[in-house]
Amino acid sequence: MATEQTSDAAQEAHKSITSEDPNSPLPTDGTDDNDALQSTSEPVLDVSRENTPPPLPPRPRQRPDDIQHGSKTLAVPVRGARPHLQSKATTALSLQDVHTQSESRRNSYSAHVSRKRSIISLRKGRSRSGSEVDDVASIKSYAPTLGVGADVESILGEVLKNQETGLRSLSEHFALSQQQDVLFPADPEFEEAYLHEFDSLTDVESDNMNEDAVLQQWKLKLKHFMILSSAGKPIYSRHGDDRLISHYIGVIQTIISFYQDAEDGLRGFTANDTRFVILSKGPLNLVAISRLSESDSQLRSQLEALYMQILSTLTLPSMERMFSNRPSTDLRRPLEGTETLISALADGFTRGSPSTLLSALECLKLRKSHRQVINNTLLKTRSPNLLYGLIVASGKLVSVVRPKKHSLHPGDLHLIFNMLFEAGSVRAGGGETWVPLCLPGFNNTGYLYMYVSFLRAEDDKLEEISERPDISSEQDEVAIILISANKESFFELKQMRDDLVSQLAKNRSLSHINSAIKSGRPSCTDIVPGTPLRHFLYKSRGNVQFTMPSFAPHISSDLDRRRLISLYHDLSASIHAKPTTLKVHHNVGVHCISLAWATSFFELYCVAPGTTSRIALTQAANKIVEWVRREEERVFIIGGAVF
Amino acid sequence: MADSGATAPKPSSSVKLVLLGEAAVGKSSLVMRFVNNDFQENKEPTIGAAFLTQKCNLPTRTIKFEIWDTAGQERFASLAPMYYRNAQAALVVYDITKPTSLTKAQHWVAELQRQASPGIVIALVGNKADLASDDSPVTNDESDADAAGTTEGDEEVAESEENENANARKVPTKTAKGYADEESLLFFETSAKTGQNVAEVFTAIANAIPETSLKGPRGVGGNTNLGGSRPEDTSRVNLTGGQDPAGAKEGCAC
Ligand SMILES: Nc1nc2c(ncn2[C@@H]2O[C@H](COP(=O)(O)OP(=O)(O)OP(=O)(O)O)[C@@H](O)[C@H]2O)c(=O)[nH]1
Ligand SMILES: [Mg+2]
Repeated sequence: MATEQTSDAAQEAHKSITSEDPNSPLPTDGTDDNDALQSTSEPVLDVSRENTPPPLPPRPRQRPDDIQHGSKTLAVPVRGARPHLQSKATTALSLQDVHTQSESRRNSYSAHVSRKRSIISLRKGRSRSGSEVDDVASIKSYAPTLGVGADVESILGEVLKNQETGLRSLSEHFALSQQQDVLFPADPEFEEAYLHEFDSLTDVESDNMNEDAVLQQWKLKLKHFMILSSAGKPIYSRHGDDRLISHYIGVIQTIISFYQDAEDGLRGFTANDTRFVILSKGPLNLVAISRLSESDSQLRSQLEALYMQILSTLTLPSMERMFSNRPSTDLRRPLEGTETLISALADGFTRGSPSTLLSALECLKLRKSHRQVINNTLLKTRSPNLLYGLIVASGKLVSVVRPKKHSLHPGDLHLIFNMLFEAGSVRAGGGETWVPLCLPGFNNTGYLYMYVSFLRAEDDKLEEISERPDISSEQDEVAIILISANKESFFELKQMRDDLVSQLAKNRSLSHINSAIKSGRPSCTDIVPGTPLRHFLYKSRGNVQFTMPSFAPHISSDLDRRRLISLYHDLSASIHAKPTTLKVHHNVGVHCISLAWATSFFELYCVAPGTTSRIALTQAANKIVEWVRREEERVFIIGGAVF
Repeated sequence: MADSGATAPKPSSSVKLVLLGEAAVGKSSLVMRFVNNDFQENKEPTIGAAFLTQKCNLPTRTIKFEIWDTAGQERFASLAPMYYRNAQAALVVYDITKPTSLTKAQHWVAELQRQASPGIVIALVGNKADLASDDSPVTNDESDADAAGTTEGDEEVAESEENENANARKVPTKTAKGYADEESLLFFETSAKTGQNVAEVFTAIANAIPETSLKGPRGVGGNTNLGGSRPEDTSRVNLTGGQDPAGAKEGCAC
């Protein structure tokens, strides 16, 4: 069993990448503009150096290893401000871990696990001071998303050929003519498992006759999440009730506690193609068990999100109090009713979430001038008790209003989105909702109060997005989210919402938002006509936001989506695994060719059919970067409304 | 505060109403039936509280209900005072198939009597009546306060009936009705699923709110408090006495 030290090393590793090679554009892009790095223009969405104003609870500083992935903020920290940051610096990279060079997914799992282990052992020493400072810190908010400079060498730097053994299945499922379009080899076993991944288990009959069969269903799940108290009490399990799996819980608890007293607790272990990752957080142990070939740090960041969901319900001090009063506390009672929220998060990870993978937000693509009008309207209608205001449409951020002193934490935002769009309880209410919640990235010690209103047809002429019955369209609704530290401010915020919506209707912003929702994400060929790319993810590190094209037409099924995300997971793990100068990573397979490219400004992952040449892929990647540069102020919120 | 609206031909006034009760008894479903005339089979638990409004037309006036539908889950219980503090009416809901939910409802009633506005109108509502197959079902045609027998005692009968397929009812009407009478509460058995008695509850509440405690609709702005300002000089209403059964037929705008 290997125990591992990961995230600090990851940050370290990444730091060295970017500090040694600050800018690395692809060669076809010639501009030289290193000044961007030094730019001192006013920070956007920044974290302030100042302290929290009185009405808000103070934000405790967190050590980097208290919240790892959890601590990314929308903010771009300012150099020199570190020790006083109220939230940890934006560290897109701490998410990623050091290990995988995984060029293939499930097939070579054991191989890549052992490789992981050896890499880990090399970087066991942790450097806490190092992790406090990461490259992103030095980027100013207005940093262009495009890195510039020349590092031609790196472009073709690393080619990892992946001779997939998937040939056998090539002809099995697809007609010859379709092969061009098949990005992922057929894998009937995986398909079958994924198909039933989200089904609930059959109930165990009273005579226990079918228990073995049910356990078999349980074992076929590709992914499990479990949460236990350190005393071993089960708190949550995605699949299977206590009675069914108590035996397994007991085993896991035994293994964890065996290592618990050691200075360095158990972080993970492998059994066949299954990876176990354990995250210990004070009185809780969170466990992810995955056969989806995700890296440890990726799994750990998912566990972090589940942990944040628990804190969001309880707050850290009250949870700690419960356990210190009674170590055998059954946390399921105070968490009653939040299982659906935890499961919605968990299933999001199992389906694959670019947002979590990149630890970044996606914004609704809008013209700069349109977004500006919305920002100004938010500022104009802002009410005194408002802390954060968000406009969200089809699960994407449209605009944010926030105080200068407080950035918005992507992990917090993820919890909010999950509550609103995945779990559905708020949206289904049909009215306006007032929800107490703790945003642990902001302050894990106290509650904030969130006003939520989903716009209906009568708020504007939003006919197309009103009350359509199917779930996908509910995702298209526009939501106004207003957050305050004052629990009595519901009517004040409701008034703000009314003012805001009537002004947005008047200045035509609602119809702009509406048409942006309708047009959806552009397809790859909308972005670059004739591009061989089937999909890409582009993350702007400075803005902690990402953009991507539609999945359609090439990635049509949920299954293909999952496999695409798995590919991105591998690419991301690879590019963050390299300690030094790797910035471009090619992955060549029979069915698809992919590329990961990281600079200090962005990360780009893209995928094309296997018949595409590497040159063509590189050119296509360059085109995407050019496109983002042109569209930067449309696809990203740069600045937002700050008061 | 002064605009009780007595001058206009059909004055409109707003009534702040709060729903309380154990998780999953059907509070949100009742509100959804009242506001949208709709029902969802598997409604998700409320998180926090939802605010909705709905008008109710009475012969002499229009009442605009400002409704707080609170979450029944235990972890939100401490927030309840924020919602009932200034409420003029409360719907305390239990599930007729779940005796513990009546106990919980009784706790809420006691808390309201201790802590809410003295003049608050409280209705005890036994929901999911569609799951009962009694000999004496409560129908839309009779005002419930009159329909349900007035005999008291025999409360033990509640737990004796275990035949779930035939009848899921676990709380006999007279048990709850007896309690409601003792405490001077309005009492209804409802089904959010079928709509049975739902409008009647709200109409009865509207009728039971004393004219003096009514004020005009909320003005825009300035209201920084969850319940708005509290009407003064309201005294406890005697519901059993002053209620006009015919009022229950006056349909709300749902
Ligand atoms: N058969 C039947 N089911 C009902 C009725 N009312 C509600 N339900 C069901 O009971 C469940 C809970 O209903 P909710 O309206 O969410 O209950 P609630 O009191 O709002 O619950 P919380 O928000 O958690 O406090 C849902 O599955 C409803 O479909 C009813 O009149 N009859
Ligand atoms: Mg509810």
